Amino acid sequence: MNTESPIAIDVRDAVKRYGEFTALKKISLSIKDNEFFTLLGPSGCGKTTLLRMIAGFEDVTEGQIYLYGDEIEGLPPNKRPVNTVFQNYALFPHMSVLDNVGFGLEMRGASKSDARRRGGEVLELVQLSQFAKRKPSQLSGGQQQRVALARALAPQPKVLLLDEPLSALDLKLRKAMQIELKHLQRETGITFIFVTHDQEEALTMSDRIAVMSAGELQQLGKARDIYERPHNKFVADFIGETNLLEVSVDKIDNGHAICHLGGGHSLTCNAVDGIDVGTRVHISVRPEKLFTSDAPSGVESLKGIVKENIYLGTDLSTIINLDEGPDFTVRTSNSERGNKRIFEPGAQVFVNMEMGAARLLVD
Amino acid sequence: MSSSKTDVRRYPGFLSVTLLCLLVLYAPLVIVGIYSFNASNSITSWDGFSLRWYAEVFTGSESEKFKIAAWNSLFIAIIAASCATILAVLAAMAIIRGGQFRTRQISQGLVSLPLMVPEIVTAVATLIFFNAIGFSRGHMTIIIAHIAFCVPFAYMPIAARMQGVEDSYEMAAMDLYASRFQAFCRILLPLMIPGIISGFLLAFIISMDDFLITNFVKGAGVETLPTAIFGAVKQGIKPNIMAISTMLLGLSIIIVSLSYIVSKFDNTK
Ligand SMILES: Nc1ncnc2c1ncn2[C@@H]1O[C@H](COP(=O)(O)OP(=O)(O)O)[C@@H](O)[C@H]1O
Ligand SMILES: [Mg+2]
Repeated sequence: MNTESPIAIDVRDAVKRYGEFTALKKISLSIKDNEFFTLLGPSGCGKTTLLRMIAGFEDVTEGQIYLYGDEIEGLPPNKRPVNTVFQNYALFPHMSVLDNVGFGLEMRGASKSDARRRGGEVLELVQLSQFAKRKPSQLSGGQQQRVALARALAPQPKVLLLDEPLSALDLKLRKAMQIELKHLQRETGITFIFVTHDQEEALTMSDRIAVMSAGELQQLGKARDIYERPHNKFVADFIGETNLLEVSVDKIDNGHAICHLGGGHSLTCNAVDGIDVGTRVHISVRPEKLFTSDAPSGVESLKGIVKENIYLGTDLSTIINLDEGPDFTVRTSNSERGNKRIFEPGAQVFVNMEMGAARLLVD
Repeated sequence: MSSSKTDVRRYPGFLSVTLLCLLVLYAPLVIVGIYSFNASNSITSWDGFSLRWYAEVFTGSESEKFKIAAWNSLFIAIIAASCATILAVLAAMAIIRGGQFRTRQISQGLVSLPLMVPEIVTAVATLIFFNAIGFSRGHMTIIIAHIAFCVPFAYMPIAARMQGVEDSYEMAAMDLYASRFQAFCRILLPLMIPGIISGFLLAFIISMDDFLITNFVKGAGVETLPTAIFGAVKQGIKPNIMAISTMLLGLSIIIVSLSYIVSKFDNTK
């Protein structure tokens, strides 16, 4: 056990089956007290299922879930000091905004007037005081979202569960809410478990991220670890943009693996456990770690022809076809473009990278 | 939307068949309605407009009989509809919110089955049942029988409404420390109120209008409005029967319309 900060939620070998179908396959993870923790994965990978198991809406087929050291299996949702911000908000349509926010407090035994007063304070925290008397249907999507947040925060749960709370908002509002959520988490000191399928959102907000796919935990770590050192092909592909190439290992020498890309091109990467000469593996190279030039430069240089330039606002994305080999995408940030040459389609260029930019991935 | 090629209105004879159906269904009612305002004693020839038969219902020689019958009907209908509504809410809770259980399909079918059983069969069966357990006939037997056949009518709008309320509201309530019972009282019940009122009204009017079953299970001397009308008709059809029938018809139309309107009411906005 971690001595510096207690474990808020400890999931141990949790399995969830619906009849024949296994939605979660032996998931184990520990979420620390006061952490902004994110479950990230594509739709259908079991994020909601895990959240519902923590909230008490689904039983655990096998394994255990501990909340601050106590096993919670068997406790109904109303006995767990855990609140949820539902994906569709589920605001009570017949109650005012203030009564919605005060509901949890009232159910915990606060008097109606106490619930109203404390509810009002939480509404202030999310800047919705002026809408206290309205019905949820009279609010915009973003405001409803904040009411749902206030309602779940008001009873001061030990852990707050958020199931894709921002997915229904437009981009600008989503960005603003990301900051607000992060802010609220620091201010309240409540452990947040945040679910999203948006990797960018996960990278921006989280202290730590658990990447899931098909009911399995793929990798758990800080945003930087997951982005820079993905454990496998799925994580490399799912998080951020990458050049993912299938290669064969030609030679392993002194901790370096020389990989054949096809068309006579090869790359040297750091070797990893479990590979051998002749095995087909994948390598991942982030587009922003590559740079173009008209003469070889850097540790590795590959020759090719520019196929296309795609203007992305902040970046320029250049697709380069290696002679008789695969395509590479190179990203050049807008700020450095001034002192870098832009190669037009058809131009001959070299794709360059430093040592360590290309990562070998097993499976 | 039906495409113009398969539009039923383009079938030959559509209009005439429709008119024939409407005529067969509603002409008798319209005629009864019109002749209830006839000034003469005749039930076949029109002799000018008058309200005398309506006055006759309230003041005539049979008025006392009709009054007692009407109060009986009202009393029975309110009690039967209330009990049937409560039972229907409980049944809907089990069938719609009870999750998957093995007898769910069967339960759903059983609740609605009485709608399909011929009423005479229900009537005879109910009578035999009361005889078998030695229950003497009177108000009580009528009320029990009415509760039994009103449940499916109350159930329909209530179940429809409950299905329309997402269970995520109750889940959110339980997540916020409400017990199952609190979630039901504070969340589901208020959201379902239109369905419950609609179901109650439907059960009420079904009970008010019932003749066949009531006639079998009522004790001697106990009359409801429909059995009283039937009793009066046996001594010959007088226009005051048309007046009282028209009033009953009017009440039915009002209650059924109200039930429909209430069931469509959206109390979530
Ligand atoms: N009640 C259920 N019965 C059967 N399968 C379910 C049920 N709930 C979820 N699933 C399945 O479990 C998988 C994970 O679902 P979910 O946790 O909702 O995914 P996510 O939230 O990551 O999109 C899906 O394949 C889904 O179809
Ligand atoms: Mg989900």
